[in-house]
Amino acid sequence: MNSITIDALNLYYRELNFKIKEAVRKEGIKKVIIKNARGQRFIGTGLKEKDVEIIIESGVPGNDLAMFMDGPTVKVFGNAQDGVGNTMNNGKVFIHGDAGDVICYGMRNGKIFIKGNVGYRVGIHMKEYKDMIPSIVVGGKAGDFFGEYMAGGIGVVLGLNNDDKPIVGRYCATGMHGGVIYIRTEKIPTYLGKEVKIFELNESDKEKLKSLIEEFCQEFKEYKAEDILKSRFIKLIPVSKRPYGRLYSPGNHFPLPEENYFSNKKIDIEKKYY
Amino acid sequence: MKFTFSLKPENFIIERDDERCIRCGACVQQCAYNAHYYLEEKDKVLGINHNCVGDGRCVAICPTNAIRIKQAENPYRPNYNWTKERMMDLYEQAENGTVLLVGMGAPTPHPVYWDKIVLNASQVTNPSIDPLREPMEVKTFLGSKPDKIEVVFDKNHKPEIKTRITPQLELEVPIMFAAMSFGAISLNACKSLAKAASEMGTFWNTGEGGLHKDLYKYGKNTIVQVASGRFGVHVDYLKAGAAVEIKIGQGAKPGIGGHLPGEKVNHEISVTRAMPEGSDAISPAPHHDIYSIEDLRQLIYSIKEATDYEKPVFVKISAVHNVAAIASGIVRAGADAVVIDGIRGGTGAAPKIIRDNVGIPIELAIAVVDERLRKEGIRNHASLIAAGGFRNSADVIKAIALGADAVYIGTAALMTLGCHVCGMCYKGICNWGIATQRDDLTKRLNPEIGAERAKNLLKGWKHEIQEMLGAMGINSIGSLRGNRLNLRAVDIHEPYLSILGIKPAGA
Repeated sequence: MNSITIDALNLYYRELNFKIKEAVRKEGIKKVIIKNARGQRFIGTGLKEKDVEIIIESGVPGNDLAMFMDGPTVKVFGNAQDGVGNTMNNGKVFIHGDAGDVICYGMRNGKIFIKGNVGYRVGIHMKEYKDMIPSIVVGGKAGDFFGEYMAGGIGVVLGLNNDDKPIVGRYCATGMHGGVIYIRTEKIPTYLGKEVKIFELNESDKEKLKSLIEEFCQEFKEYKAEDILKSRFIKLIPVSKRPYGRLYSPGNHFPLPEENYFSNKKIDIEKKYY
Repeated sequence: MKFTFSLKPENFIIERDDERCIRCGACVQQCAYNAHYYLEEKDKVLGINHNCVGDGRCVAICPTNAIRIKQAENPYRPNYNWTKERMMDLYEQAENGTVLLVGMGAPTPHPVYWDKIVLNASQVTNPSIDPLREPMEVKTFLGSKPDKIEVVFDKNHKPEIKTRITPQLELEVPIMFAAMSFGAISLNACKSLAKAASEMGTFWNTGEGGLHKDLYKYGKNTIVQVASGRFGVHVDYLKAGAAVEIKIGQGAKPGIGGHLPGEKVNHEISVTRAMPEGSDAISPAPHHDIYSIEDLRQLIYSIKEATDYEKPVFVKISAVHNVAAIASGIVRAGADAVVIDGIRGGTGAAPKIIRDNVGIPIELAIAVVDERLRKEGIRNHASLIAAGGFRNSADVIKAIALGADAVYIGTAALMTLGCHVCGMCYKGICNWGIATQRDDLTKRLNPEIGAERAKNLLKGWKHEIQEMLGAMGINSIGSLRGNRLNLRAVDIHEPYLSILGIKPAGA
């Protein structure tokens, strides 16, 4: 496989991203290795090439890693900042460390695996359509507002590390109206969104979870899938696809004549006005 | 406890000339609000006044002109404070404890400054120009303009522009169709506007609903929108348009999110937005990746990265109290154009209390934003687009003279397609096939005819703008932009005179 190594030290983000795009699009390079990332933003943003791999070997990539990405795989051997996988359309992201806030906002498809903790507002408004099911697996713990407004997809929080934070922060799943969240815990998270209910996992849940956790453990080798799957999980799903349906006034009701006091007969009219 | 009918008086009275009525049943079949019905045993067509929303469909369709719709009188004791509308709203909330929804722009009596601003014309001291005989330029470029242009000459003394010009939108007429999503309006309405825009050399806006596959062919006349719900946003979508607009706010509902009810999310919409059928399409109030101007800069540049710096990026906000400072921040964040939507801006559905009470009039917003950007020396870094209740070409030209580069029209554009501003958009059963997704209703709107009518409006307004420019002795719209000396105020007083930056008439 043809690959290229870019030393990102002292490179402005625009130059770095230009180099990556040139390599991938013009030279047909399949593997881009980046050394000494120094917080350059938008790495992998808008790339559409399916079989391309971007590996950030050392250093920390900046905000909006893999934003709008549509196919490639991104691996970070370290921590990542905010906005990983923002509005991502397809592809995979593996972070061998912690990640910041607003991970996978409005994500449409693809998978994100994070070994460590994530910050606030992760998984907001993830979507789902037929076989486009985005998923995020967090190996550590998640901050407040995990899965807020979630409209689809799968969110998994494993809590495998030993820091003494709660597994998910406050207001998890607030406004959730689609998708599913699995949390490896026995305790009910505090200030859980009013729009969800807690369930036990059924067989199809276990299957979905198993394939995701196996993929997680394949990348992060110190964890064993069997051990994780032995633990107890809770499942959160929304009560309604329309959480705020009753908040707004239905406005006028327009009854048919047969519904009110006029007549109980309907007429058959030639549909010439369509 | 439910008292429905006694407390909800009718808004309209349907009058039918029984001599003229031929019992064709057109009104019965056409009214989705069920305001007409046929009583077979008496062979009579009768009206149900309570159901009538006054959208004029039956009047327009009746082959014998037998129908008249009249405003119903106020049945309650007249009271300036407790008007009929306020009483009815209150009764409705007493029944179900909900937030009242409305469609269309605010009908509230906030002052419309356009009506109090008059234009200048040439008399004796300088000649007016006849646009029928002489060239009259109304072409407008939207995008960031450089501070200076550097020209170098090559060996053969041929000039060449060395300055890198950022991408621009070229408008044949400084009027664009405002953001209305496929979802809020029907696909046929979107097609009409897209076709009209592409034939007139201007732009239409997708709104936050993604781009339907049939509309990709209008790509080079499309502005694609990215809003907080990120519906239908992917790289191909961003690249399909001529420009990308980040929607932060909307004049009709500043500071709150959008909400397409589940019953409107049919198959086509679910494909376009990539979300399940029947599920609510909820756009959160803020973009959760934008909590500051710095974050906005990040989103602007992520879009520029994703589109390889080939598309201008607009940022749309609603006109609110600190609009000038906010606009300055947006320009400094790297936006190529700032769109400002005033309090009279329209909507498919918004809480009534927000629409009627939040935001400021667009006239004041244009004036303060233009002034602020000029004072800070960054006016050329971004274009200024105004939106919110433009009713005719005079409003447009006054906005341009106040400092806007171009305007968005929404309600006016829908009116070319048949909209009668009945304000029931949020019900989703628009009789004119515009604000609905019901197949039997949407097919009432023929996109070919719709496009022709929308085009005609732009043509007419363009000619009128040329006439007004000619009368002022100006032959290019660029010379009028921000030229407030051509405006005078009638019956506007301080401090609004100085906010608008115009002199009173006679001065």
